[in-house]
Amino acid sequence: MSPIVKRKGEKFTLPSKYLLLIITILCICLMVITFTTDIFNGSLGTAVGYITLPFQNGITEVGTWLSDKSDELSQIRMLLEENQELKRQVDELTIENTMLQQDKYELNNLRELYKLDDEYSEYEKVGARIIAWDGGNWFHSFTINKGEEDGLEVDMNVMAGSGLVGRIVAVGKNWAKVTSIINDNSNVSGMVLSTSDNLIVSGDLELMSQGLIRFEQLVDSDNQVVEGDKIVTSNISDKYLPGILIGYISTMEMESNNLTKSGYVTPAVDFQHLEEVLIILNKKQSLED
Amino acid sequence: MLRKILIGILILISFLLQCTIFHAFAFGGIIPNLLIILTASYGFMGGRKSGMLTGFFCGLLLDIFFGEAIGFSALIYMYIGYINGCFRKIFFPEDIKLPLCLIAASDLVYNFLWYSLLFLLRGRFQIGYYFIHIILPEMVYTVAMALIMYPLILKTDQKLAEREKRSAKKFV
Repeated sequence: MSPIVKRKGEKFTLPSKYLLLIITILCICLMVITFTTDIFNGSLGTAVGYITLPFQNGITEVGTWLSDKSDELSQIRMLLEENQELKRQVDELTIENTMLQQDKYELNNLRELYKLDDEYSEYEKVGARIIAWDGGNWFHSFTINKGEEDGLEVDMNVMAGSGLVGRIVAVGKNWAKVTSIINDNSNVSGMVLSTSDNLIVSGDLELMSQGLIRFEQLVDSDNQVVEGDKIVTSNISDKYLPGILIGYISTMEMESNNLTKSGYVTPAVDFQHLEEVLIILNKKQSLED
Repeated sequence: MLRKILIGILILISFLLQCTIFHAFAFGGIIPNLLIILTASYGFMGGRKSGMLTGFFCGLLLDIFFGEAIGFSALIYMYIGYINGCFRKIFFPEDIKLPLCLIAASDLVYNFLWYSLLFLLRGRFQIGYYFIHIILPEMVYTVAMALIMYPLILKTDQKLAEREKRSAKKFV
């Protein structure tokens, strides 16, 4: 660089103290703007997404491939033993299966009788792959590789396998951010499937490592709810579609107010090893219309 | 100019790695904080302004993708970079103890702030649990990563400084 240009540049150099102040004010303004409006939600993310998404896609694929390979090597011996045991189990299960099929036939007949249609399978779903996780250790959210272009919208429910994972909180052109129900700041209104008692399922960072979620405010005056009962999303939730499996009650105890019960739920989804998810394209609000 | 581009690329790479591949190699569900290594390093190597701006863009990137409010972690990262910049006077490239201590302290402060602002204020008072299960492991993992990453950052920075010096001499 020529010295003349440099001298010219130095004239305009801002002392770092003032720069710090300016950017601090800028940050606070940005925070206020994001809290009050949602203008950044689409545009900024989409712009940056164009640069980072292709990389995230590729790196995640390589990363999962590598960790899969290392897992494979260590598991081969275990698998051999497991294989024998599983073969034995297959025999047992085949017998059980035939019995269950009979039951199912009966169940189908009864369902028809009651005209209960299986709403669950009626939802239109689309699959997506997780390409990036939250950059810190405090929250559990991730980015998926589908967005507006594939018809996704904010507040759509996300599932994996048969259980609820969370919901979409931000959508870009070809990506969407999902926050999961085990997140520390997430609350889901659920109900016990067998008794239709409502409760609140809330994520907790402390329980995240044990693979559990907390539930509270279960009114169960008749003591009918037992451990192992299924918990599904309730009808009164405004974001989650009704009847999606959240998990099973693992422990339960009376709260100190002697009216409601609280305890832990084992989620139906393995949150530590999520790779692909399903997004339900129906939204709760539009269902009611 | 070259240095700015390099820092930009480094921020992008660290962010991408932190969000993707490190989740496959997380120890006990804990991932290291590469961006704090970058912020702290450019703080005590390049001074207040350099640390501040590095921190600001690191935080901004995190905010855009995973933040609740844009500008929140940008603010925290920026102040960490700025404070690290104050240590430039006692920083010597030959000494690795100070950089590691500073990086460890930065990570500690960052996570502590994160806890107090996002968890303590919501009534999660179990700081002992969070300290042992999240803050401490992340700090150890981050310092371990810094052992690999920091020498690389230092080397490239020194190479660039040499090059700048040479090209500056040419014009005198």
